[in-house]
Amino acid sequence: MTDNKSEDVIPITVEFSGGLEMLFSNKRKHNLSIPRNDDSGAASNIAFLVSYLCQNVMKDPRKNLFVLDETVRPGILVLINDADWELEGEDKYEIQRGDNILFVSTLHGG
Amino acid sequence: MPPSICALCNTNRALILRPKNHQKLCKPCFLRTFETEIHHTITSHHLFHRGERIAIGASGGKDSTVLASVLKTLNERYDYGVELLLLSIDEGIKGYRDDSLETVKRNAKQYDMPLTILGYEELYGWTMDQVVEQVGKKGNCTYCGVFRRQALDRGAARLGVQHVVTGHNADDVAETVLMNLLRGDLPRLSRTTSIITSTPSLTPPPPPSSSPPSSSSSTCHTNIKRSKPLKYAYEKEIVLYAHHKNLDYFSTECLYSPEAFRGSARALIKNLERIRPSAILDVVRSGEDMAKLVPGGNEACGNGCTGQTIVADEGEGGCGSANGRSSGGEMASMEMQLVMNETAVEYGLEVEITSGSLEYQTHNSQMSMLGPLVNGKKGQRPKGPAPTLRKAPRQTMGQCKRCGYLSSQDICKACVLLEGLNKSRPKNSIEISSAVKEPQESQTISATTSIQRLDLGAE
Ligand SMILES: [Zn+2]
Ligand SMILES: [Zn+2]
Repeated sequence: MTDNKSEDVIPITVEFSGGLEMLFSNKRKHNLSIPRNDDSGAASNIAFLVSYLCQNVMKDPRKNLFVLDETVRPGILVLINDADWELEGEDKYEIQRGDNILFVSTLHGG
Repeated sequence: MPPSICALCNTNRALILRPKNHQKLCKPCFLRTFETEIHHTITSHHLFHRGERIAIGASGGKDSTVLASVLKTLNERYDYGVELLLLSIDEGIKGYRDDSLETVKRNAKQYDMPLTILGYEELYGWTMDQVVEQVGKKGNCTYCGVFRRQALDRGAARLGVQHVVTGHNADDVAETVLMNLLRGDLPRLSRTTSIITSTPSLTPPPPPSSSPPSSSSSTCHTNIKRSKPLKYAYEKEIVLYAHHKNLDYFSTECLYSPEAFRGSARALIKNLERIRPSAILDVVRSGEDMAKLVPGGNEACGNGCTGQTIVADEGEGGCGSANGRSSGGEMASMEMQLVMNETAVEYGLEVEITSGSLEYQTHNSQMSMLGPLVNGKKGQRPKGPAPTLRKAPRQTMGQCKRCGYLSSQDICKACVLLEGLNKSRPKNSIEISSAVKEPQESQTISATTSIQRLDLGAE
């Protein structure tokens, strides 16, 4: 435990592509500082990040185009430091300082 | 989780989990494997032959961009000896196609391929913006899909090209299989699962009294072959390929709404994939197996048989991209729902009417029939299988009496749509200036009704 504020947040990069950026202020790359721990005190994981994004970053009201049944909508790929999130524990993956998390939609016009 | 190691090279860290077999691959091994599988599809189905000129239906989207990139790579690696060109269709949607066409122009430079852009306005005398202005947003994707299908053939003919490849992927095919299954339309299912289709040689168009959609190229789209080299490629892997190869593609939603039914089929496919990734290819294979059971079924001769190709289906393809696939997705289907709700408020329940009992030729009598229906109750909407649009067997395919295009009807879909558009254009402008209400509404409704019919038959 420390009083230092910077110890309580983790700097990460979150990117949206494949059309998802339209839901996030038309901005592809977001440099964020997210809380190190969620409300229950557990280390922040992807599931926490997704709800954090919905509450704090996403201005578009159509949350269900990003999240469905409390997880990332099917058809949206999640890459953690370029690796498929299924190789990293999906939404249980604990986020590390400096991580790059990419959400890319496969649902848009080809 | 400890990092996974690539199953092929046993050296690099795995970044990709393949949906079809759960194989874990590193980036270079994935890119190579993806390309090799497309090569296998091309060679095992004898899609190309040396010296062939091939037009890639290019939209600037992920599928056609990956297709162009992979075909260029393979043509060089395996010395196919084919000449690759890009063919783009400009639907005339301001703010949508503009950006994607810029992407295609960059692709043309990146891949060193000549590019031809052909506009709906040039081909049909109508841009999609004008069509939507005329008919509203409901059903406009039908126009877009029908027009695009013919546009690629006409563009190919203009280029003197006999073969058009499109970026349809396994998810698209699975979606189409499901849609046709849910409609009970096995003949169409049979046609659309085929990896190769062809537009047979056409007879010259009928007398000059008729008005073809295009004055310039209506006669010569002879025997144009269509194929889908990405038919067995997962959409997920296409997106990952584009990502890991840093390909320059454009993603957007069509400004006009696609069909809700297609969006639902797409959502279903994506949900299935999350639970059981192999489901997509399983649906594709099931579609092929069912196609074999259809009399005159198209893939009865199995892989590699090119002696008998399948007659293309004129309605194939929805909205959203120049390769004819849907932009799909719930994102769009939600917007669609909104539009439909608005339309419903505006026109009563007109959008709910299934026009199975109505005929194109009798627009005027339709109006009197529609009158009570429009103001009627929800319960009047006919349910169950679409009654009259069951597809005629492929053997009865003939040519459109107007333009000579392949069609199972006397008049092809494009000509029917154009007739409706051209008829209502002058009338509506008069109606707008007049203050009278009743007949104008009917006019709009009759135009929409022909769309309804086509909706039932689309893809
Ligand atoms: Zn490897
Ligand atoms: Zn015609």
